[in-house]
Amino acid sequence: MNTDTSSPPVEGRTGSGAAWFRVHPQGTASRGSRVFGIVLAFALVGFGAFALVLSPADSGSQASENEMGQLVRIMYVHVPVAIASYLAFLVTAIGSAVYLWKKTEGWDLLAAASAEVGVVFTGLTLATGSIWGKIAWGTWWEWDARLTSTLLLFVLYLGYLALRRAILDPVVRAERAAIVGLIAFANVPIVHYSVVWWRSLHQAPTISRFDPTIDGLKLFSLLFGMVVVQALYVWLMMHRFRLQYAEAKLESLGLDVALAERRAEAVADTTAPPALVGAPKGTH
Amino acid sequence: MTGRDPSTGGVATIMRDASLVLAKDLRLEWRSRVIVSQVLPFAVLVLVLFAFALDPDRRILNEATPGLFWLAVLFSTLLALQRAFGVEAADGVTDALRLSGLDPAGIFLGKAAGIAVHLLALQVVLGLGVTVFYGSTPRGPVLLVCTCLAATAGLAAVGSLYGVLSAGMRVRDTLLPLLMLPVVAPVLIAATEAFAAAYDRASGEGWRWFGLLAVFALLYLAIGIFAFEPLLEES
Repeated sequence: MNTDTSSPPVEGRTGSGAAWFRVHPQGTASRGSRVFGIVLAFALVGFGAFALVLSPADSGSQASENEMGQLVRIMYVHVPVAIASYLAFLVTAIGSAVYLWKKTEGWDLLAAASAEVGVVFTGLTLATGSIWGKIAWGTWWEWDARLTSTLLLFVLYLGYLALRRAILDPVVRAERAAIVGLIAFANVPIVHYSVVWWRSLHQAPTISRFDPTIDGLKLFSLLFGMVVVQALYVWLMMHRFRLQYAEAKLESLGLDVALAERRAEAVADTTAPPALVGAPKGTH
Repeated sequence: MTGRDPSTGGVATIMRDASLVLAKDLRLEWRSRVIVSQVLPFAVLVLVLFAFALDPDRRILNEATPGLFWLAVLFSTLLALQRAFGVEAADGVTDALRLSGLDPAGIFLGKAAGIAVHLLALQVVLGLGVTVFYGSTPRGPVLLVCTCLAATAGLAAVGSLYGVLSAGMRVRDTLLPLLMLPVVAPVLIAATEAFAAAYDRASGEGWRWFGLLAVFALLYLAIGIFAFEPLLEES
């Protein structure tokens, strides 16, 4: 049982003059992350303005086969969120691999936090993609290669999170979760190829690419969305990671308290009068 | 943590340990007959239920034979795994295995081989089942057998990996399917396509799927050989 939490990555930043990075003792925010969050909130509002109002609707002018109209705006959320979810799972894989190598608690927590954010983002990707599909193709779901592999990815990491919930011992949990995290990542290319071949045997791949005519304000909105969503991922990760860290500390603290109680009990037993030693003890 | 017997580690040792574990599992099965008396009937039952759910009309069942066959195999694999690792979890057998000085890679290969033997027996029965119930006769027996072997190796490797991973957990029975089925989804796709080729089409496409199955099996056998030691230690 590893109760050694002496190498927290968070405290590594609390060096001299690093007030910006010092995490509030009763929260998950530091001054730096708070300022980052405020800037991010303004950026999100700006992104909404660009994506919903300022950028033009798709006119399909350049002889593109299907005109997207207002629908093109889903793309500004869908594509950045999809990329962020891949990034999140990549971070999970890296965290898992480094954990197996170094066995430091922080890497395990990083992998866990990133998997959670990644699952949320993958869910958003599927939801926005589904809405798009309903309007553009007329169905909520198409057994397209990319959609199918994204769905499998979603289920794979749901399993990863379920495994984390199922194990109580932090060291066992970290070890097994790291292996599952790596396996899930190694599985991605296999899933991808099998699904692509599977679909290409039956029919030509559906249009899963968003290829409206992109230029000017649309391109800018998309790139702006990319930056904002990746920043959102970073911000969520900061808080989620610190929360995980606080939870881990609480867990080991609870264990220390329980140990101290048992020890006090044992001492009380030995110093108690002989008549009481044999008496039935209360259940603690 | 790395206090293993220095004599372990060679390929010959791994193979010897694997055959020991395999012999143990087969002996257990020979004495208890859980797979034969419970899992095999279950698999056949699934075939019959598919017929109820779809259509007694043989045309649909015949067309869907490859997919139904491998779905039945997947579901039965879950049962076989729960059996194979339920045996290890009881009475601290995992600790005994760890203390026995057997090479972890050997234990992994032995468990996987035991599961593979059970699965192959299952597939023979299921193959007879689809021939009788669905009226499907294979045209490419070589591809059929190769597909069975490669898919079984992959399923057994992933199964032993996830089996030991979830062994000893209270929620093992519900967690194992959620963890394992998405990972083996490519096996279902590839084996189904290869079987479809073996059952009625030209087998040219089928060999490509066989290749995918072989890569999958090798990848997970390799992962298992390296990951089994930490998993066994922590369980």
